Amino acid sequence: MVVENLVNDVKEVVTRWKDKEGNLIMILHDIQDRYGYVPREAALEVSRQSDSPLARIYEVLTFYNYFKLQPPGRFNISVCLGTACYLKGAPALIDEIRHLLHVEEGATTKDGIFHLQIVRCLGCCGLAPVITVDEKVYSAVKRADVAGIIAEHSKAVSKN
Amino acid sequence: MKRILIQDTNGDQKKALRDFSVSFTTQLRERGLSDAAQVVTVADIGVYNKGIVAKILPEGFIYVNLDAARIGEIIEKTIQKGEKVQDLLLDKKNKQMRLGLRNCGVIDPESIEEYIAVDGYQGLAKALAMGPEKVIEEMKKAGLRGRGGAGFPTWMKWNITRGIKGDLKYIICNGDEGDPGAYMDRSVLEGDPHSVIEGMMIGGLAIGATQGIFYIRAEYPLAVARIQKAIDVCYTKGLLGKNILGSSFNFDIEIRLGAGAFVCGEETALIASVEGLRGYPRPRPPFPSVKGLWGKPTVINNVETLANISYILFHGGEAFGKIGVEGSTGTKVFALTGKVRNSGLVEVPMGITLREIVFDIGGGVFENRKIKAIQTGGPSGGVIPEQFFDTPVGYESLQKLGSIMGSGGMIVLDENDCAVDISKFYLGFCVDESCGKCAPCRIGGTQMLVILKKISEGKGTEDDLKKLEQIAQAMQKASLCGLGQTAPNPVLSTLKYFMAEYRAHVIDHKCPSGKCASLVSYSINKEKCTGCGMCARVCPADAITGTRQEKYTIDAAKCISCGQCFDVCKFTAVIRQ
Repeated sequence: MVVENLVNDVKEVVTRWKDKEGNLIMILHDIQDRYGYVPREAALEVSRQSDSPLARIYEVLTFYNYFKLQPPGRFNISVCLGTACYLKGAPALIDEIRHLLHVEEGATTKDGIFHLQIVRCLGCCGLAPVITVDEKVYSAVKRADVAGIIAEHSKAVSKN
Repeated sequence: MKRILIQDTNGDQKKALRDFSVSFTTQLRERGLSDAAQVVTVADIGVYNKGIVAKILPEGFIYVNLDAARIGEIIEKTIQKGEKVQDLLLDKKNKQMRLGLRNCGVIDPESIEEYIAVDGYQGLAKALAMGPEKVIEEMKKAGLRGRGGAGFPTWMKWNITRGIKGDLKYIICNGDEGDPGAYMDRSVLEGDPHSVIEGMMIGGLAIGATQGIFYIRAEYPLAVARIQKAIDVCYTKGLLGKNILGSSFNFDIEIRLGAGAFVCGEETALIASVEGLRGYPRPRPPFPSVKGLWGKPTVINNVETLANISYILFHGGEAFGKIGVEGSTGTKVFALTGKVRNSGLVEVPMGITLREIVFDIGGGVFENRKIKAIQTGGPSGGVIPEQFFDTPVGYESLQKLGSIMGSGGMIVLDENDCAVDISKFYLGFCVDESCGKCAPCRIGGTQMLVILKKISEGKGTEDDLKKLEQIAQAMQKASLCGLGQTAPNPVLSTLKYFMAEYRAHVIDHKCPSGKCASLVSYSINKEKCTGCGMCARVCPADAITGTRQEKYTIDAAKCISCGQCFDVCKFTAVIRQ
């Protein structure tokens, strides 16, 4: 990460929101959209430029599930654990992914390719159980399908 | 080209369906119509237990209880002339009624022209002509109650805020749909953004607000994009900004994003979040209608509520009030999911029975399993067992049963779902999402979860069941906000209706539905076992061994009770106890 870019990025975001009251969450959203997470350097920079204490920024960052403090993997696997998905077997899918990738929830594989996260509800309960890999949605997933889904993406990596 | 979708909806006429399909195709060919129509066998046509069913597209005619003798007639009348064969038609009364979802899937959500073509912004025009008092009067006639869960009358909420003096007032749309298993708000925001904006403007006019705020989950990027696009186009068309439609009404809208905190669905926590703070709830009073965002009077309405308002103003409060039942007027959108054949969003008039929703619209449960209950209201709601399915849907009627209308999640549970497990799931959700500000919710929730875990592992005692109730009552009375006050509801309602199941866990150490892994054991019935070895292949713990001759056995010491062998065995040779 080039520090100079980061300072400019943060400046751009902070300027965009400076006239709005209660803008901190929106600033952090913009930063996460850019980097995929909120790097500590960026949080420090926001603190400097918006003249609010770092503690105030981390207070918000750590309260909301949506903000990530660690860089995401190349692919983000989200397993939905909403009620419909839970009833239709999502826990078995999580087991299978853990087993196949040796990764715990909220963590990234050692090679940095897959990040596993568990989400509360993706809002497509009619398709339960649902897994998304980045933007791609897999519906009515069975345990046996998981290996194929993972392979589809790890193949894409090895090709490049 | 026409398409003829066919399915055997009884599930026991595989051969008859195949013959029907072949015969249909042959007859089409004989008449030289092979290029005019195509027969497709489908997996689920949305009709159940009506023999062989055919759906003709694009007309959408559904013919039921078919046999090959009627094919000729169908081809002559429907395929060639586009006419109906009356006596074969499915006698289907449409039990759904679309008000909140009226434009979803009908118009292009990104086109304001299409919205205006379906009488969009006419409600606003009428409201501007009527003035605020009359708008509230109209809302009172309609009797619309908040669709977010609590069911507070919308007109009353507006009237209170209207009565508060203030230079600046806010109206916020609560689009922080966090209830797992509900997604109607997302559908409306994505499918008909202008109707929500119009509703918000009418609300703003009624209460005297000049600023509207959409608070939407960041997890719904498409909804955010569509609302933003709709706002932008409204500004260019003069529907937002100063002197809207030539009146003296000024109104601005902006979007604020949620960041994944269920508690932010609670009004005061939502306000804190819009202010850029942690989503901690505040004690009430003062209520937001008096002192809300930045200390100013604020009304917070749910997405579905707002989508109904433009309809009410355009068609009149009285017309709306006639839909539904006394005390609960209009329609409600439910996200019907879980173990139901036809899952998806359904919008029904209030007063319809739960049975009609689950069986007539939803088609009942899969594979003729026994239905156990439905769960409404998500983590704040409760279960309703099958014997109460003839209850009409309404705010009070569901509350009487120990559940709530909620935001509209309706999850169907069948005999394979365990009451202890489901209440553990919901409570686990609330414990995760508790903000931790007040002790009853923070500590009470955690302790209840510990007890439920104990019970599901077979280590619970009868005393634990009493403790659960005690803690639950304490939480209901002493928690600061709605999250903590309602978090014990799933536990209390399952205790009320499925006590026998809880007792089976603590006294017999058995899980009747076989869901709680530590309480079930698996074995193989050698007489039924064909030696196919499927179970051994799927077993992740290598606990199953055997040969085709000797049959297979499960080593109990290695078995992790995952149940995969049970699911995979086609000969019901795996026994679950």
